[in-house]
Parts: sequence; C-alpha cells; structure tokens
Amino acid sequence: MSAPAPAATREPLLAGRGISKRFGGVQALSEVSFEIRAGEIYGLIGPNGAGKTSLFNVLTGIYTPDAGTFTFDGRPLNALKPNEVAQRGIARTFQNIRLFANLPALENVMIGRHVRTRAGVFGAMLRDRRTREEERAIERRAFELLEYVGVASRANDLARHLAYGDQRRLEIARALATDPKLLALDEPAAGMNATETDSLKALLERIRRDGTTILLIEHDMKLVMNVCDRVLVLDYGKKIAEGTAEVVQKDPAVISAYLGGDVALNLKGAA
Amino acid sequence: MRALVDTKGHPVLVWVGLALVGLALVALPFALAGIGTAWVRITNLAILFVFLALGLNIVVGFAGLLDLGYIAFYAVGAYAYALLASPHFGIHLPFWVILPIGAAIACLFGVLLGAPTLKLRGDYLAIVTLGFGEIVRIFLNNLSQPVNITNGPQGVTLIDPLRIGTFSFRDTDTFAGLAFTGPVKYYYFLLVVLLAIIVINLRLQDSRIGRAWEAIREDEVAARAMGINTRNMKLLAFAMGASFGGIAGGMFSAMQGFISPESFILIESIMVLAMVVLGGMGNVWGVIVGALLLSFAPEVLRYTVEPAQQALFGRMLVEPEVIRMLLFGFALVLMMLFRPAGLLPSATRKRELEVRR
Repeated sequence: MSAPAPAATREPLLAGRGISKRFGGVQALSEVSFEIRAGEIYGLIGPNGAGKTSLFNVLTGIYTPDAGTFTFDGRPLNALKPNEVAQRGIARTFQNIRLFANLPALENVMIGRHVRTRAGVFGAMLRDRRTREEERAIERRAFELLEYVGVASRANDLARHLAYGDQRRLEIARALATDPKLLALDEPAAGMNATETDSLKALLERIRRDGTTILLIEHDMKLVMNVCDRVLVLDYGKKIAEGTAEVVQKDPAVISAYLGGDVALNLKGAA
Repeated sequence: MRALVDTKGHPVLVWVGLALVGLALVALPFALAGIGTAWVRITNLAILFVFLALGLNIVVGFAGLLDLGYIAFYAVGAYAYALLASPHFGIHLPFWVILPIGAAIACLFGVLLGAPTLKLRGDYLAIVTLGFGEIVRIFLNNLSQPVNITNGPQGVTLIDPLRIGTFSFRDTDTFAGLAFTGPVKYYYFLLVVLLAIIVINLRLQDSRIGRAWEAIREDEVAARAMGINTRNMKLLAFAMGASFGGIAGGMFSAMQGFISPESFILIESIMVLAMVVLGGMGNVWGVIVGALLLSFAPEVLRYTVEPAQQALFGRMLVEPEVIRMLLFGFALVLMMLFRPAGLLPSATRKRELEVRR
C-alpha cells in the first residue's frame, strides 16, 4: 500500500457536503459529508442497506439528493444528469453488471468513447477524413483499454459470453474509456475468487498509478483494507467513521455496526 | 455488417456480382413493361415502401423505439409536396426545393413526437405513437375549414410531377429507340435515391451515432452512465426516421399526382412496421427484403387468385383482399414460430430476442 501523502494537502477532487436522500419512509442517506483527494483509492463500506449504492446513485446523477452538494474538480456537481456527470469526468460500474450484453467486448468499450468523441450525423453519413480518423482512434483506444484490463483476447466475443470476472474487468475498461478523473466502482470484487481478487487489486493500483482517482464500494474487507488509502463507513445512511484503513477497523462504532455489539474485531481476517 | 455471401479473398467476384445486380436493376423496368406498365408502377411503390421501412428501421431497429404512427411522417412529406406544387394554393415550387422542405417539416414532426415520449418505452411508446399517427391523419381530414388548407377528405389533385427544366417525369420520352414512360423515369430516379439511402443507413449504423443508438437499445441506464445523451440521441433517431418518411411522402405525391388522407391510415403504419419486423429489425438488407416481399405479394395475389379460382371453381369464391390478409396473417404466425428475429435478422437483434424468450 502506498501512502497518499502528496495528495493530502491538495484541493479535494470530490467533496460531498451534507448529502441526504429519503425514499418514502427510509432515510437512505442523512447528512453525509466526505472528501476524496486526487490520486487516492477511497473506500466506501458499510453493512447491507447502509446507503452505499444510494450515495453512488446520487453522485452519478441517477437520483437527485434532497439536500447537500457535491463539488467535483473545483466546480459544483448539482442537478446534473448521469450523462453530464460522465461528461464532467466521473465514470462508474454497476453492482449488478450492466454491460451491453449482446455486443462484442470491443464495441462495449468503443461506446465508452462516445462522450470524448464528436462525429455527428453528417460525419457518419459522409464519412469524411476526420470521421474516419476518429473512428480508427476510437477502435485503437478501445483495444488498448481491453489490453490494459486484460481481456483483449476476448475482444470479439459477446460481452455476455465472457467469464464473470472478465465482465467486471470489461466494465472497468468501458468506464475508463470515458477518460474519467474519478472511477467509481460498485463492488467490483463481488463473486470473484481469491486469485481474481488479487489481480483486481493489482489492476486498481495500476489505474491509480496512471492518474485516476478511485472510489470503491466493496464488501471484500481484505481488499478494502489492502488497497484503500482512506475509508468512509456508512451505517443506516449515516457516516459513522472516516479515515485510514487501520484507524477505521479499530473504531468501536464500525465494529458495533458490523457485529451489532462491542466485540473486538480483526477485519483483516474477515474475508 | 456481415456479408450475405462469403467473398473473402475474391474481390473480383464482388464486383462481378455487383455489376450483374446493377445491370439487372437497370434492365428491370423494360422487362416489367413487357408484362404491363402497371408492374413498373407497382415496383416504384415498392421502392417507396423500402424508403419507409428503412426510415422506420432507424427508429425501431437501431434505437429500439417502437413507433406505430410512422405513416404520419409520410403523410406530412406528401402534403408538404402537394401543397407547394399544385393548383390548390397556386404554388409551384421545383421538387429539389420541396423535397428538402418536406423532409425538414417531417423531421420537425419527428422531434415533436419524440420530445414528449422520451421517457416512454415499449407498449406505452407504441400507444402514444399510434395516437400521433391518427391525430395527423384526422387533422389532414379536417383542415378544410375554417381555412381550407388540406382540402379535407377530397384530397389534393393535379400535383406537379418531378420536373427538371422542361424534362418532366410524367411524359414519355424516346431515347435511343427505347420508350421511357413516366413510371420508368421515376424508377431510375427512385433507384438512385434508394442507393443513397441504403449507403446512409449502413454508414449510420456503423458509426459513433449508430453505436450510441445500439447502447440505448441494449441498456439505457448504462448508456447514460457512459455519457451518452439519451434524450438527444432518441430525438435524433425520431428526426432521422421522420425525414426519410418525409422524402418518401414527397415522391409519393409527385408520382401519384393525387393524395388524400385515405392513403395514410393506421394499417399503412402497421404494414411498414411489419416489413421491418418480417425482414429483420436492425438489418438494412433484411428490411429491404421485407419491404419488397410485403409490397409485391398482394399484387402478385391480385393477379393470380382470381384466375386460379376461375379455373378451379368456375367462379370467384374468395376476394383477393381476403386471401391476402389470410396469407399475411399466416405468414406472420409462421415467422414468429420459426424465424422470430426476421428473415435476415441483424445478429445483435437476434441475440437480444433470444435472451428475452
């Protein structure tokens, strides 16, 4: 685990202030505030139903928060539609993989390039030189990204024919294709075996090293504690702890949230 | 795009094949004129339906938005041409001005239909578009008062044919010993436009825009999360589809010389949709095959059912129209059973249907 020291003094890449969201009688998020610094891997954990995915959905514009503001990259990120959020530089994956299942892997990633390319209807119809060049660049970049996440050998296979772990990786490649500043991953290790999780960890660290900040929801505590610089813990929609992995896993509130009592817990062995 | 025939490594074969098809298409109207000029007209109408089916394919096949009122755009294009090139208002603009105007107005109507239906999908979208088609037809039927715009159910007559200078597409010209009748001239014109429309469709499908439509069709939430502006892309699909409908409508006006709201009834929308579905949603070649099949089949029946019954029973027992609907229904049922994705399905669309079954 590398220390995020140089980033610590900088302006946060993403800051959430007092984020609240209510669904009927359930307060999914109440007054959640946090800051993600550029260049770090920021973990978001909590028991089932704690509001992790709700926070994701509010952040990426799928829901509008009832209260609170996000500031991303120095500018507010309010009332934006999901596509505008992606345009601003936040790309996400989904807890229940949402690939374009009937399209080849390569085309999935090519679709991710949409937001960073420009060809319009007339370009498509006339196929002028700029459009053809852009089209080649899209394909080249998409293939590079497949290689980057390690599924290039399946480029022409349908997304739904890929193994589960490869689908997760493909989803990451598709998200990376939008050139994000912040990559938000919703349980990327879910359903992976120990070997796959290890190579996912290596991939996440590589992505961070190459300059993309990561927000990670994960249930695999071993992965979270190994890879995250700092962790935010939610329980019943409230922030109950924030800090480095070492600090958070000794926090009595966190232990009690996970085990429902005052029990000493070694989260490192929890996986 | 998957090739129909595997010609890899045989580029000469491709060119020979294309040349043969081209020659056949050029010679076709004269062969048909041998059977009867009516068949050239029928072919022209069939090509118009290919335009319509390809336009609807953008909306239904590429973007996955079910549209049951597509004929409305055909009507808008047809009336735009009729009103700007007939004695009705005394306006006689040349066709190269009106066809783009008609396409633009139809495009506007496409956006008008698209805008309020952006959040609808599947069945709900189908019902709204169906209503839209009927609204347009009813307006055309009733806009004869207080100000007479459309001339109501009587329709618009004496519409100008396509004309370039003194060269009119309605008159017969003799050239190199061959008689080029009106329909034959229209046929060549339509063939050129058809070629352009096919190229445009294939290019659209295999482009950034086409991929965005595909993404929306597959998973709208994921498409938006990838930064695709689904609102604009859906409006674009409606607008593009509608423009093609508008162009086809304008040419219909010019060829027929007369239009009335009768030509734009619901069953026409359904026929065009059936062409797209029968041929294979999302596959340009499949849609063309579907449109040609469903355009020619009734005409062939019209010319065979009556003589066949006369020969068998000595009199006519069942009207050709009844037989047509019977066979049509039967064919659709068979298709749903054996080729649910269409005769020449798009590979992706076929997979989507398989998953859903």
